[in-house]
Amino acid sequence: MYDTVIIGAGMSGLAAGIRLAHYDQRVCILERHYTIGGLNSFYRLAGRDYDVGLHAVTNYTAKGSRKGPLARILKQLRFRWEEFALCEQIGSSIAFPDVRMSFNNDIRFLESEIERCFPSERDNFQQLLARITDYDDLDQESYELSTREILGELFSDPLLVEMLLCPTMWYGNAREQDMDWGQFCIMFRSIYMEGFARPLAGVRLILKKLIRRFRSLGGELKLRSGVERIRTENGRAAGVVLDSGEEIEAKQVLSSAGWVETMRLCDDITESEPAAAGKLSFIESICALDCQPKDLGHDDTIVFFNDSESFPWEQPNDLCDTRTGVICSPNNFAYGEAQEELPEGTMRITMPANFDRWSSLSDEDYELEKLRWFDRSLESAVRFAPDFRRHVVATDMFTPKTIRRFTWHDNGAVYGAPKKQLDGSTHLRNLLLCGTDQGFVGIIGAMMSGISIANRLLVGDIAEPSPSP
Amino acid sequence: MTRDDIRETIIDILSDITPDEDLSGLKDDVAFREQLELDSMDFLDIVMELRKRYRVQVPEEDYGELASMASTVAYLEPHMQDLEKV
Repeated sequence: MYDTVIIGAGMSGLAAGIRLAHYDQRVCILERHYTIGGLNSFYRLAGRDYDVGLHAVTNYTAKGSRKGPLARILKQLRFRWEEFALCEQIGSSIAFPDVRMSFNNDIRFLESEIERCFPSERDNFQQLLARITDYDDLDQESYELSTREILGELFSDPLLVEMLLCPTMWYGNAREQDMDWGQFCIMFRSIYMEGFARPLAGVRLILKKLIRRFRSLGGELKLRSGVERIRTENGRAAGVVLDSGEEIEAKQVLSSAGWVETMRLCDDITESEPAAAGKLSFIESICALDCQPKDLGHDDTIVFFNDSESFPWEQPNDLCDTRTGVICSPNNFAYGEAQEELPEGTMRITMPANFDRWSSLSDEDYELEKLRWFDRSLESAVRFAPDFRRHVVATDMFTPKTIRRFTWHDNGAVYGAPKKQLDGSTHLRNLLLCGTDQGFVGIIGAMMSGISIANRLLVGDIAEPSPSP
Repeated sequence: MTRDDIRETIIDILSDITPDEDLSGLKDDVAFREQLELDSMDFLDIVMELRKRYRVQVPEEDYGELASMASTVAYLEPHMQDLEKV
């Protein structure tokens, strides 16, 4: 009998596992896949290291800063700042047809860019900053307000609204078209006010630190152990049944499988709501280059591009939507202090994609469409970055089907369901959610989500069985 | 445990929670919140570390007693004086 069984060995499950094991709980993490990481993972293919998910760690704050989510997770997980080996971005851009605005990890730079590109919006931007600083993360009521409405009232130029929305939606919006105000505030802080960073070794460094710590505290990890259902008894979760038929008992269950997915696992729920699952998924075209991106004149860390004045954020009807995308160059972080650089240039191009379209293709068509959309995504991206295509020496690609396989999220939805459960509660007292469907995104957000739910379990208002009436 | 032992225990817990802080100059009569910018999650951690290490239970209504080192030691003394330092 475990104190807690955690479904999913992604960032949130691992962080929760560390907290619970640190406070002497017997914890087991169950992972369906053969490796850890979930959405943020890594692999080796033909002698090259690849990262999936993570473009950058958001919420960067410098060593010594005591505020913000990064400082908080380091304290909660007992890591020193140096252990994540974060190097700051060089600088990123929001590229629209006639305007290109840059930002880095110093909000004053973005302020100066707004003054340069939208001089009459200077004071309005200050007002926005004040509102975002004041926003209370736990305020469920204003969480669901319309960001488009609020920004539309604040700014007179709709183009600025679209441009500010583009990176925040790209990095964490599960809703189509509009964005929850609470989610926007969280993303705005994590991207524009705190910023991007990355360890030279990529996401694997952080995942390895987490799993090593979890195991050193006595935590158990079972890979290739998909949960087939959550067994309930008298209104409580009693344990889980694995795909293999093996039963595992636990006093409490913590699921990072997603809201809809977790409900479907519960054996006391007969109806699931497929409509509630998220719809936004991506393809990513990954290119290894024979030179560094900066040798081609490209020193942007990340470019968020959109080829018209209005930014579409929706599931495409076609297999992909090449109107908007993200170009990430993992080489363009300030690794100077580490006196090193990545051995090879890399360009990652991400674009919205339709899960149903990709998953209904025959095997043969799937491979064909991958080749076709790989070329189209590069063709679209080089409108906003130097043409790097003749420097490509190796490629790989993931589609919504790949994301589904790694995360088991319906529709390969990267940011989960549009409706968030901020406190992780479900219909069962001792079954809680963590991860994307709790409203936290990015790897710092994911870890924060695991930590906050683990703390709820530790404080003990859930563990004790309620006396039967 | 003497008052000094209790103080040392708290320093030990704080250095665990905030490994990047230099605690040598910590002032006993100034609030932790002010000196180290500890937040509610950190205070909860102090409480949980005390429970883990010494089985000392600090009920929620007493969390305010942990504001500074001086008040923490004064509060914990009756609960911990009969315990052995680990």
